[in-house]
Amino acid sequence: MKADNYIKIEFPSRSVNEGFARAAAAAFAAQLDPTMDELGDIKTAVSEAVTNCIVHAYPDSIGRVTLRLRIIDGGTLEISVKDAGRGIADVAKAREPLFTTGGEERSGMGFTIMESFTDSLRVRSAPGRGTTVTMRRAIARRE
Amino acid sequence: MQITADYRSGRLVIRLAGELDHHSARAALEEVERLLDDYLPRDAVLDLAGLTFMDSAGIALILRTERHMRRTGGRACVSNPAKQPLRVLDAAGIDRMIPVRGGLRP
Repeated sequence: MKADNYIKIEFPSRSVNEGFARAAAAAFAAQLDPTMDELGDIKTAVSEAVTNCIVHAYPDSIGRVTLRLRIIDGGTLEISVKDAGRGIADVAKAREPLFTTGGEERSGMGFTIMESFTDSLRVRSAPGRGTTVTMRRAIARRE
Repeated sequence: MQITADYRSGRLVIRLAGELDHHSARAALEEVERLLDDYLPRDAVLDLAGLTFMDSAGIALILRTERHMRRTGGRACVSNPAKQPLRVLDAAGIDRMIPVRGGLRP
């Protein structure tokens, strides 16, 4: 599939970059003329995916997070968040609502929220080698 | 993120403003717990009117506040979420666990 436009940003898994990542995603998505609701959904999905890298992929260290955004088919935003961290042993379990290994500061709702705010979500992960979360969200064309 | 509070006759209103994510959550959780311990309210209201962004870190804060209040024999509720926080609350089905009042429900 040919991308109409794309960006790639790399940053260390420091929590201060959560706000940066979602603001960068919103700025890139702006060219699709999204509504405020659509922008809010994109920011939320990116925030959850990047937080997962920081909390789960690199629990005791700082590692590299790669955020890729591309526009495909003229009106769909594809968001990919990749880490080279710990990986997820059981992806199906991790996607269950309220499941978390993150302690009481986490709600276990990250994947549920990513799923509700995007049209599709794919998780590829290998223990010890990292995780890539890819989400797509069509942005409605406004007349 | 900023947190302010008003206490009157057993009711503590905790106002959250700014962006609530994993980065700001730990300080926010500590501040909310401190307020609950200081005032020992019968009712705790988490007023989200000033919150411009919230993700699942907000869900964890709300659920922890609700548990704290239940443990001490009080009640908690959420009030006035703007649209983006409300969409997160809805996606998490939070109103099955804690009342949500005065949101901008479409």
